[in-house]
This record gives sequence, C-alpha cells and structure tokens, in this order.
Amino acid sequence: MSTLDTTLETHSDEHHGPASGLGRWLFTTNHKDIGSMYLWFSLLMFLVGGSMALMIRAELFQPGLQLVEPGFFNQMTTMHGLIMVFGAVMPAFVGLANWMIPMMIGAPDMALPRMNNWSFWILPFAFAMLISTLFMTGGAPNFGWTFYAPLSTTYAPPSVTYFIFAIHMMGISSIMGAINIIATILNMRAPGMTMMKLPLFCWTWLITAFLLIAVMPVLAGVVTMMLMDIHFGTSFFDAGGGGDPVLFQHVFWFFGHPEVYIMILPAFGIISQIIPAFARKRLFGYASMVYATASIAILSFLVWAHHMFTVGIPLAGELFFMYATMLIAVPTGVKVFNWVATMFRGSMTFETPMLFALAFVVLFTIGGFSGLMLAIAPVDFQYHDTYFVVAHFHYVLVPGAVFAIMAGVYYWLPKWTGHMLDERMGRFHFWLSFIGVNITFFPMHFIGLAGMPRRIPDYALQFADFNMVASVGAFLFGLSQLTFVWNVIACVRGGRKAEARAWEGAEGLEWEVPSPAPYHTFAEPPKLPESLR
Amino acid sequence: MGLRIIKTIGSGVGLALLAPASLRAEWGLNLTPGVTDVSRSVYDLHMTIFWICVAIALVVFGVMFWSIFHHRKSRGAKAHHFHENTLVEVIWTLIPVLILVGMAVPATATLIKMYDPSEAELDVQITGYQWKWRYDYLDHELSFFSNMSTPRGQITNVAEKQENYLLEVDRHLVLPVDTKIRFLLTANDVIHSWWVPALAVKKDAIPGFINEAWTIIDEPGIYRGQCAELCGQDHGFMPIVVEAVSKEDFDVWLMAARAEKEAQVQAAERSWTLDELMQQGEQVYLQACAACHLPSGEGVPGAFPALKGSPVALGDVSAHIDIVLNGKAGTAMQAFRDQLSTVQLAAVITYERNAWGNSLGEAVSPAQISRLLQSADGEGEQ
Repeated sequence: MSTLDTTLETHSDEHHGPASGLGRWLFTTNHKDIGSMYLWFSLLMFLVGGSMALMIRAELFQPGLQLVEPGFFNQMTTMHGLIMVFGAVMPAFVGLANWMIPMMIGAPDMALPRMNNWSFWILPFAFAMLISTLFMTGGAPNFGWTFYAPLSTTYAPPSVTYFIFAIHMMGISSIMGAINIIATILNMRAPGMTMMKLPLFCWTWLITAFLLIAVMPVLAGVVTMMLMDIHFGTSFFDAGGGGDPVLFQHVFWFFGHPEVYIMILPAFGIISQIIPAFARKRLFGYASMVYATASIAILSFLVWAHHMFTVGIPLAGELFFMYATMLIAVPTGVKVFNWVATMFRGSMTFETPMLFALAFVVLFTIGGFSGLMLAIAPVDFQYHDTYFVVAHFHYVLVPGAVFAIMAGVYYWLPKWTGHMLDERMGRFHFWLSFIGVNITFFPMHFIGLAGMPRRIPDYALQFADFNMVASVGAFLFGLSQLTFVWNVIACVRGGRKAEARAWEGAEGLEWEVPSPAPYHTFAEPPKLPESLR
Repeated sequence: MGLRIIKTIGSGVGLALLAPASLRAEWGLNLTPGVTDVSRSVYDLHMTIFWICVAIALVVFGVMFWSIFHHRKSRGAKAHHFHENTLVEVIWTLIPVLILVGMAVPATATLIKMYDPSEAELDVQITGYQWKWRYDYLDHELSFFSNMSTPRGQITNVAEKQENYLLEVDRHLVLPVDTKIRFLLTANDVIHSWWVPALAVKKDAIPGFINEAWTIIDEPGIYRGQCAELCGQDHGFMPIVVEAVSKEDFDVWLMAARAEKEAQVQAAERSWTLDELMQQGEQVYLQACAACHLPSGEGVPGAFPALKGSPVALGDVSAHIDIVLNGKAGTAMQAFRDQLSTVQLAAVITYERNAWGNSLGEAVSPAQISRLLQSADGEGEQ
C-alpha cells in the first residue's frame, strides 16, 4: 500500500507541460488543447460559412441574377446552413465545454481523454469531405440544410453520398463528445460539488449532451435511409415504390427540433455565468433555471411537427403540436425573467462579455416572440417557408447562439491566455456586430410578411429595398467579425496581465486557478470556494 | 444609393413602429389581410399575437433597461443579495400560461374554421412540377399548365424589369368568386408548396399524396403567389396567379378555354413546314426546356445533359420522341406528353434536332405525334 502511495505522490509532483511540435496537437489528450482546437476550427468554419452567406446576400442585393446561377445559389444556402450548424455553432460549444467544464467542476481533465482527441479529429475530415463536394461534377448538395426527400434522393446530385458520410462522421463526433461530457460531469466533480451546485453552464451542457445522444442516431438513421434509397433500391421516401416523402420530414425534425435546442441550451448556460458576474449578484432562481432547461429539453421531443404544419396534418395533430410548442414559451420566459431579476438591484458594469450577454437577452427574446407567432398553426400557414422564418431562426442563432459564444470567449479569454482583452477593440466589435446583425435580419421580418419565400435566388420588385438593406447589413456584420479575429489573436499575443479572478464579480472554481490556467489543473481535488460551499 | 438605403431603413423602422396597420399593408411591410373570410381571421390573429408580444417586450425590456440605467456600478449601485423568491417565480410561470391560453383560444377557433370539411362547388386539382403548376378543373374536363412568363432577359438584366417581374404566368388559374372551391394538391416529382397569401392558403404538394385546402374568394381580382417549398434550381421561378372573376365571367371563360383546346386539336391535323415548327419550337424550348438544358442546348455537366450534339437529338427519332413524351424515370427529365400540345411537342422536337448546329433538316410532324399518342392511349385502354 505504501508503495502505491509513493508512486502517486511522485507522479503528481511531475507537472509536465505540453509536447512540442505538430504531435502535441495530433496526439493531445489535454482538455485545454482539445478545447482550443475545437474553438479555432469553429472560428474557421464560421468564416467559411459566413463567406457563403455573403455570397447569398450579394446575389440578393438587387433583383435579377447578377453573380451566381440558381443552382449554385442553392448549393450556397445548403452549405451555409450545414457548415454553420455542424461546423461553427456545435463545435464552438464543445470547445467551450472542453475548456471550462473540467475547470468548473474541479476535475483534472475530461473523463475520456483519448476519445476526446478522436471526437475532435474526426471533424476536419468530415468537413473536408463536405466542402470537397463543391468541386465535384454536379456540384455540392443543393437541397437545403433540411434536405427534404425526394429532392435529396431521386433528384440529388451525385455528391449527396459524400454529404451522407460527412453527416455520419459529424454525428459520431458529436455523440462521443456528448458521452464524454456526461461522464465528466457525473463522475469527476470535486468533493462537495453536488449536482445542485453545478455551474449552470455545466447543467445546460449536461442536458444538451443527453439531447445529442438521443437525436444524433435519428439523424444518422434518416441519412442512412436516404443512402439506401439512392443506392440500394429501397423506397423509404419514394412514393412511386410505396414509400412516404413525409416520413422523411417526421424523422428529420424529430432530430431537428432537439437540434435547435442543442444550439441554444449551452448558450443559456454561458449567459447564466456572465450576467451574475457583471451584475455582481448571484443568479436569481438557480433551481428554476435548471428545471426550466430540463423542461425545454423534454418538450423539444414533442413539438417536431410544428416545422411541418403545411404538409397536411389532421386537425388534432395541428392542435397538439401547436399547444406543445406554445408551452415552450413558459420555461423560456422563466429564463429571461430570471436573467432580468439577476440584473435587478445588482451593481452592473458593461465590459465586452456583458454587452454581448445583454444583447443576447434582448435579441434572443425577439427571436422567441417570432417563434411564438410561428407556433400559432393557422397563422403559420402564412409565415411558413418565408423570410419571416429566416428572420426568426437567425435571431435565435446569430444574436442568440453566436453572441453567447462570443460573450463566452471574451469572458474566458483572460483565463485561457493570461491577458486581458483590449476593451476598446472589444466594444468596437460589439457595436459593429450589434448594428450589423439588426440591419441584416430585422428587415427580413417585413419581407417575409410581405410574401417573399425563402431560398429563392431572385425576387419580385416589391422586396427590393429591404433586401438591399439586409445585404448591406450582412456585409457590415460579416466584415466586423474580422475585428473579433483580431481581438482574439491580439489577446493571445499580449495585453494587460490578467489576475486569477479576471473579472471583479466572477465566481466559480475556474477563477481560483491562475491566469493563464496551467496546462494541468486540479491534479488534486480542490476545496470549494466560499460561494460554492 | 446610400441615401436611398438610409431612407429605406428610416421609413421601414418608422413605419413599423408608428404607422397604422392599413398603411403598413400598403407598403408591403406586413401580412396581407387578404380577400377571404379565413385570410382576414388569420390576419387578425397575427395582429393580436403581435401586439401581445409587443406588450410583453415593453414590460420585460423596460425592467431590464431600468435596471441597466439605475443599478449600474458607475452610479454607485450596491448589489443586493436576494437570489430566490418562490412566489415571484410561481407568478411569472402562471401569467405566461394564462396569456398562452388567451392566444390558444382564437387560434384554435381559426384552425377549426380552416378545417371545414363541407362539400365544395368546384374542385381544382393542383399538381406541382419542376418548375410549373398544372391545374385540372375536375368537373369540367379542362386542364392546363401554368408557366412563369417573365422573359429571361429581365432576369439576366438585359431587359428592363416589368411591374409583375417573376410573378406573372402564361395562363392564370381562373376561379369564380363567392364559390367554395376545393384544391386537391399533389406533385409529380419533388415536394412543392402552393401559396397565395391573399387567400391564406399554403399547402404542400407532395408526390404520392393528395392534400386538401379550400377557399371562398370575396372580391374579383388578380392574386399572386409563389412556390414556397425548395424544389430545385428554379424554385424561385414558379409563380402562381389566381384570377378571381364573377360566376358569369367564369362560365364564359370555361367555354372559351374548351374551344381553344379544340382548336389545338384541329391545328395538329394540318401540315406544318419546317420553318413554322422551328419558330414555334424555339418558343416552346425556351419556356419548357431551357431551364435545365440551357438556351444554348449545352446543359449543365453532371446535372443536365447537353442536347447540342447529343446522341438523342441526333439519333433515332422515335427514341427522341419517346424521351420527350414519357420522360426518363429516376431523373429530372419529365414526361411532356400532357404538358404540351401535340403541335408544341412536334415543334420542340423538330427544334432540338435542328438548332445549335444539330442540322438533321427533318421535321417531326404534329400528325406523327398525334398518331403515337393515340396508339399509346389505345394500349392503355385495353
């Protein structure tokens, strides 16, 4: 027994740093290295997917076809959606989880470090395969990120097979990431860190991870059915062979609706960390936040057909899905009220992370309102598949998920790099983004209500003015993200030295370790700080 | 240009916030109230829910901005230490539930009204094709295709765009007012969605399914809509035009439409010269074929085969006719036998065999096509 003790002790004394060279990144099992790689990868994909959005907006600047052919336009809308969902937003959240969850719960690393390496390294290959379809004969997938059959099966370009395999790889990566997060949170909390003391970011991610495990196999199933229809003569989705094209939509949205919560629940977690820090006040209603998150997750399995109100569902079905969808407004409302109550009678300051968090609360709520309007089935017949829907989901995803990710990056950057951000540059980025995002997406509500369908490369003349405005906004928003890249690189390279507790009001275990966080944190379980005891 | 953008943003935001609903409708910033009882209910519901959302937003954002202003550190605010209050949390869970119930009641009523199963006076079958609509007046033995009629030059910016750019078709769907009309929707290839905002009707047209929708139009007029479900490359170019006319005018129109069909049959009987066929063939080609095979006949490699110099257009004429008439299963190539008239079929095949340097010099006569169609129909009946 005594020999074992000595070995353990000598081992813990040996604080080895990162390996050198490319091998460090290829073979690393360190949660911080892997977190960084996820975040850089997601930034790259954000810029690639964003460039595609700018190509779309450039074509839509004026009526008529100027820059691209309709076929290529459809490839752009499809690839933009896929890359932003699977390449930018999801990996960014996994990157933040990798970096922060072990530090927040007092664990030395993720529970399954080798699998962690594997789940990241699948992604660059999956996306290389997906993007390579742009250069194939017949072009890239052109059937929208929702890839409804039979447009995506019988009528798809040959590259659809590559798309299917890329989706499989992304799904495997997500499932492994999710397993790892669940295993870490459930097994590796420091002594005394009970479930109801978990930072909300960990809670929201734990629930998200269960959603991922539940629905990624459904997505894998539906693309496999497509593969069978295309290559092996089955007719799951081919009416001519006795199949059912609507079945595709049911299976897809059974994945797809939880998927949209996968892209927003971790954002709720980030915002719930940041607002208390800059309001210098504990989060209001911690327990109800946890229950609200869980309720949203459970309800997300019961509302999928609200994406399909126009496919011809019987009255009882329409009513059920309408009521269930409206119900989601309740827990979501609780979250917003709790954030506002956290600010109420606090002592607020407005550094860059807080600015993004506040913009999140306002703009996400606007997206929530349009979501509620879309839930009302009889009116949804008018909104469905118009720019009103485009406005809605971009409000919840761009100033929603993306702003939350940026808020999180700015909030934790001092912990990662050891340097404070140049606040002036941070605010510059914030205001450009805030103005840009609203000029881009707000007019889309109007053109949607006025009758412009989504996913069209050219439009009638009455939509011209607002499309021009949206395009100008898109370029402002897109180009202002270069200041984000600049800020992050500048902060990595230097800046005012950050203290362990980089922000005055920040609470939690991650602020107890030095900035930058050492390569290995918590080789021994930490004692919980006052605020968590 | 800059000024115009600023003006647009200014007027948009200003109008959205201040102007009464009627003005906004005129400016195309809001949902149309439409011309049916159902569409007006939908519009009212939309506005009700919109204003409820605005009211909630004012309260929530009001408290938030009040806190941001008053409870800021720079004004010397000290943080209070409350972080839980069960009563408050129960209240702000229950109030939203009540508001939602308030929304659900009129929503349910409208939805039930829309699902009225009573018998219709006129049945129209609507079939979505890549990228056009087919309308069958089921009780009147009349059917036709409706294609976008905006000239290509306007789309490619060589001609000036006209008022109804992209929202005009060669044949309107003519419907009588004050009549319950049932639409039966289906599709021939991929999923489409038939949407006319003024009728508040949007229903997916799905291959292998027949969906139902109905309307009673109050006012004569022309109502425009578009396909709402991504259906391939020309999804943006398959508009819908409904022309609502009085019941008397509708009967007159029906007679005329049937007479026109008769004339088409007659036209197939007479003999046509190569030049005549080429001339008409070019028009038909541009309207029915050029979307995929391109006006130059060069196609899109990997997606749509070229016709220029192709083995089909230069080879055996009966194989060529077969593919145009019956399409090619498993590809985007449709069967055109019901989409085009006999003369149009003959003309377009002749055109494909003699344009872009495909110079076979032979005409395919309408009579030849007519015989083929008749013999095929005969087989079908046996």
